[in-house]
Amino acid sequence: MYKILDADKLSENIYRMVVDAPMVARHCEPGQFIIAKAYEEGERIPLTICDYDREKGTITIVFQPIGVSTIEMAKLKAGDSFEDFVGPLGRPSDLIDTPVEELKKKKIIFIAGGVGTAPVYPQVKWLHEKGITADVIIGAKTKDLVIMEKEFKEVCNLYITTDDGSYQRKGMVTQCLQDLIEKEGKSYDHCVAIGPMIMMKFVVKMTKAYNIPTIVSMNPIMVDGTGMCGACRLQVGDEIKFACVDGPEFDGFLVDFDQAMKRMTMYKTEEGRALLALQEGKTHHGGCGMCGGDQ
Amino acid sequence: MAADPKMLVKVPVREQDPKVRATNFDEVCYGYNAEEAVEESERCLHCKNAKCIQGCPVSINIPEFIAAIRKKDFKEAYNVISESSALPAVCGRVCPQESQCEGQCIRGIKGEPVSIGKLERFTADWAREQGIRPDPAKEKNGHKVAVIGAGPSGLTCAGDLARLGYDVTIFEALHKAGGVLSYGIPEFRLPKSAVVDQEVENVKNLGVRIETNVIIGKSITVDELLTEEGFEAVFIGSGAGLPMFMHIPGENANGVFSANEFLTRNNLMKAYREDYDTPIHCGKKVAVVGGGNVAMDAARTALRLGAEVHIIYRRSEEELPARKEEVHHAKEEGIQFDLLCNPVEIHVDENGWVKGIRCIRMELGEPDASGRRRPVPVEGSEFDMDVDTVIMSLGTSPNPLISSTTIGLDINKRKCIIANEEDGQTSKTGVFAGGDAVTGAATVILAMGAGKAAAKGIDSFIRSKGN
Repeated sequence: MYKILDADKLSENIYRMVVDAPMVARHCEPGQFIIAKAYEEGERIPLTICDYDREKGTITIVFQPIGVSTIEMAKLKAGDSFEDFVGPLGRPSDLIDTPVEELKKKKIIFIAGGVGTAPVYPQVKWLHEKGITADVIIGAKTKDLVIMEKEFKEVCNLYITTDDGSYQRKGMVTQCLQDLIEKEGKSYDHCVAIGPMIMMKFVVKMTKAYNIPTIVSMNPIMVDGTGMCGACRLQVGDEIKFACVDGPEFDGFLVDFDQAMKRMTMYKTEEGRALLALQEGKTHHGGCGMCGGDQ
Repeated sequence: MAADPKMLVKVPVREQDPKVRATNFDEVCYGYNAEEAVEESERCLHCKNAKCIQGCPVSINIPEFIAAIRKKDFKEAYNVISESSALPAVCGRVCPQESQCEGQCIRGIKGEPVSIGKLERFTADWAREQGIRPDPAKEKNGHKVAVIGAGPSGLTCAGDLARLGYDVTIFEALHKAGGVLSYGIPEFRLPKSAVVDQEVENVKNLGVRIETNVIIGKSITVDELLTEEGFEAVFIGSGAGLPMFMHIPGENANGVFSANEFLTRNNLMKAYREDYDTPIHCGKKVAVVGGGNVAMDAARTALRLGAEVHIIYRRSEEELPARKEEVHHAKEEGIQFDLLCNPVEIHVDENGWVKGIRCIRMELGEPDASGRRRPVPVEGSEFDMDVDTVIMSLGTSPNPLISSTTIGLDINKRKCIIANEEDGQTSKTGVFAGGDAVTGAATVILAMGAGKAAAKGIDSFIRSKGN
């Protein structure tokens, strides 16, 4: 069992938990992920590591409940435990293996969207510890959904933009990036984008035009997270890659986002049914009128 | 002397009716009861130079346990088997007996061999029902050994070492022990809580600790186990690895799965049960590509989830690598075999889902390196099949997680770990390996044989250090 030492809400629907997992905390690096399973019947949920403390032996995860298992996970409080918590999985961010002198010469921009803001944090924090202050754009739909502003402010130059303009800048993250480059005299030679696939797709479209090499962190459907099932396969250039062992970070210019987004819908029907069953109890959710599930 | 005609055939085993079992996940084969087992045991000739023992990768003293069954001393039969095998209830169900013990049986020259597998299963099931477990070692020797992977090879190696008095810890990457027995082989062939979990408990009962959720190479490395954690030797039994795909157009479409994914969702995550959260997608018409045991398992699982299922295999029936019993059961249940054909493309609809598969007919040419006749495409023979799900069951390639993070561990061209067959020794001192991580995808019993050999190898390695 893996004890939850701290649990809080970062916004209306985004949860943060600090979990006791010494073996993961001892070996993890920014960019890697864990898989958590809250209870016996639960699904294995892959989550990018959002912070770690090697001395205390803790891992911080941030997630948004969307399916049955994550909704149940969100109900856990400090003092409760995850039944399973395994990692670190995937490869660390390439930044970790780049010599610090080389990194210092680079102008790096991080672009974070929604719940994807959280996994950007360990990378930005890591750079800050090495004496490098990166620019970071956080994008959210509206003011209440902006998360971790305080933590980020301490480790980077922060730009916040909301779709509805309810907080700081108005518009998508791509608008903000364009403004920084076109109107505010900024230039970048490395970009890391983490957020919804649709956001990463449009960021890459723009950074391609500006010729800024861009790394994206992919979060496709997974089961085991060790390369065994192949559910997380992605088309990257002319190769098929497994996000769990070859990623989760890839060259954004090479990722086929349209295919990846289609693959994300694979279990929508089954998950929708399970969610309805959770919300409404054992009523009929087959939708066919024939299976007898409503009797 | 004329043989009694009754002695020429096996005592038939009771099975669930094919029509009924095609709609449930309960075990297909009921196995022998005591009376049937005793009757079958009378067919054994008790050969002096027993060929069946040579055919068994873990060298169970087969005539001796069968003789005990004949005397109705089932406990003694269990003790004889337990000397050689930690997982008899599993092996009695999933071993390819026809090419091992039963393949060597003298009875089989004229008529059918003795039903050794079913007798082994009976003995193990009887012991479980009586609550009989193998005895732990009387004395611990104080030496620590780490075993990577709680599958057939790891459980066997750990069990044998524990019996010799070693302090053994198994590290398992998944949240559940059993390896392929838990994630791969379906419930209807190998019941999980009744059989697999019980045999894992038996191994634990020998004093073996199992730590789940530890990925060697990620959570901790082999070198750290040896230098920082105080383990004197490590056995790598990490299993088969990454699923292979065909690299044909449309393979990333929604509705194309590896057999590993499909089976893991169903078996480990229990997606077929309403009370488990993990989803599984199985369409109305499924093509399973491949002809091995895993392909049969995937096909029969899809059938039970309500689909019409076709096996697509590029060679002919004779070359099907699956156990005969699995092919026979699959056919009985209504799986359709499309032999001598091979997929060339998967058709995808505008939403990214599978809508069909294009295949080409094959014919058999000259034998290849494997000794099997090589399938050759028949030019211009392409045809389309309407399917909405495709399950690729083409084998696996080894997972580089351990080999790439262990200093001085050599692998071969196929990326399998190089290890001696007789004692499991690898290129790295103190590190042994066996099972699919060494051989590539093979059988449960061969992995167990390798685990057994490595346990001996580890024991003599630690003894030779003179402490």
